Amino acid sequence: MGGAAKRRGHKQLAALGQGLLFASPWVLGFLAFTAYPMVASLYYSLTSYDVLRPPRFIGLENFRFMLFSDSLFRIVLGNTVWFVVVGVPSGLVIAFLLANLLNTDMKARPVFRTIFYLPAILPAVASAEVWRWVYNPRYGLINSVLKSWGLATIPWLSSPALAKPSLVIIHCWAQGTAIVIFLAALQDVPRTLYDAAVVDGANGWNRFWHVTVPMCTPSILFVAITGLIGMFQYFTLGWLLTQGGPNNATEFYSMYLYRNAFRYFKMGYASALAWGLFVIVVSCTIALMRSSARWVYYGGEAL
Amino acid sequence: MAQVLARELRVGRRAAHTRAYLIRRIISRTALYVFVSLMSLVFAAPLLWMLSTSLKDDPQVYRVPPIWIPHPIRPANYVEIFTRRPMGMYFLNTLRYALPTAAGVLISCSLVAYSFARLRWPGRDALFFLCLATMMIPYQVTMIPLYITFKTLGWINTYLPLVVPAFFGNAYYIFLLRQFFATIPEELSDAARVDGCSEGRILLRIILPLSKPALAVVGLFQFMGAWNDYLGPLIYLSREDMFPLALGLQSLRASFQEKLVWPYMMAASTMMILPVIIIFFLAQRSFIEGITVTGLKG
Repeated sequence: MGGAAKRRGHKQLAALGQGLLFASPWVLGFLAFTAYPMVASLYYSLTSYDVLRPPRFIGLENFRFMLFSDSLFRIVLGNTVWFVVVGVPSGLVIAFLLANLLNTDMKARPVFRTIFYLPAILPAVASAEVWRWVYNPRYGLINSVLKSWGLATIPWLSSPALAKPSLVIIHCWAQGTAIVIFLAALQDVPRTLYDAAVVDGANGWNRFWHVTVPMCTPSILFVAITGLIGMFQYFTLGWLLTQGGPNNATEFYSMYLYRNAFRYFKMGYASALAWGLFVIVVSCTIALMRSSARWVYYGGEAL
Repeated sequence: MAQVLARELRVGRRAAHTRAYLIRRIISRTALYVFVSLMSLVFAAPLLWMLSTSLKDDPQVYRVPPIWIPHPIRPANYVEIFTRRPMGMYFLNTLRYALPTAAGVLISCSLVAYSFARLRWPGRDALFFLCLATMMIPYQVTMIPLYITFKTLGWINTYLPLVVPAFFGNAYYIFLLRQFFATIPEELSDAARVDGCSEGRILLRIILPLSKPALAVVGLFQFMGAWNDYLGPLIYLSREDMFPLALGLQSLRASFQEKLVWPYMMAASTMMILPVIIIFFLAQRSFIEGITVTGLKG
């Protein structure tokens, strides 16, 4: 009896060893590139550190400054929240509608799908150049068309009021990944549900709202969460197109963090900002997942 | 039952109102095609505009209304950017770290995914969950300590900070491969185990050959991710001779007077975008399957 238990214990240990051996790249990577930096980041956030001199412990001063004294931080947080609250749902709605259009039995569907998908995989640096030119106030695509129709031109990125919406438009343009995810979900909606809805006298809108949307809520949740996490880290397009301007209208969280770390070399303050970002992202993700019990429909197995 | 009934109903209605039905169908079909075509024109417009501008000479750039098909066509823009800036070098530099990172994630993530998908060991599921949870951590949180570590190691202005982490796994690709490995019938591995195959051999001889589509997706996603990355090179590379295309494009912009810039910048952007588009067309199906796997089961 004891021998058998011992043998089982040995076997378990061998299995654990082998499992960990295969998983070791990730385990080591997690320790070196995630766990250690997170702890170090927490430590740096309690210091004043300019890289040249060793970090000096200052307690919670960075967090106090961030929350109560840094007026620019308040603007940055406001910008970022605005951008997430407007940008994530806009992108999601556009992607969902385009996916529904693509889900009809159209000819040339692959061509349309490719056109809608491509912008998502382009290098952000190249997209930034293209949109800088499209939005050019005098000779850009949109304004020169408006001019030729005799209409007033739009100041786009150079206007504090329009800079954020202009970036949201670019975001909506690059929704390819979400479109593909929604398209797969739409193809999994059982036909019988639509037929039943027709029998019950549901029109097109009712079928969309009471069959299509509920059946796609798991993918909507997935796209919302990844979109949220990505949007809080929005950097490249903003950094290249507006540099945070005009008048700080597009200074987003990650840009402000980068500026503090690598332009002003305030590594301590930037680490405090990084932890702030982490707490915000994790709380929003958890809140969204908690809320999902009320609106996400996992009914696949019942059919 | 409901299905049959619905079909009967539809057929019945169709017989009764054939003409009205046909007309309505034609109208709604036409509306759909017109709308989708318009939408795709809007989506394609920025890229068509880029391509068109890249082939224009200076006076055509500032024409109102805008010209879509340049006349005369000026392909020289594509040649001249190479004399303004070492575009060829930027291109090679990008390959110099994008290719090793693709190799890195393929090796590390298939090992880890195999452990999470096919080996049974205590604590496996908890670690897998932890692995998935790390996807929530913003890059910015680990960015500063990693920069300081790499700086201490003397890795600034080398490709090591961009390449080395790839050899230690990536949660997203581990997840993607794990999902794929899990679909391969367990009997195949069991048969090999009975024949005395080690787990390493099973991975190498059975699992990997059956997973070529998933491996292709991971390799291509990573290659494109590295090709498209801006923040990583921005932090770690400051020497011009190390610049990849992402930084080179900015360097090209800086080398011009604002007014002359557009055809050249659009030519350079087209060149940077082109490999991504070629890869997409070659591997379109695997791409879409790769995204779908993560989207559905996430």
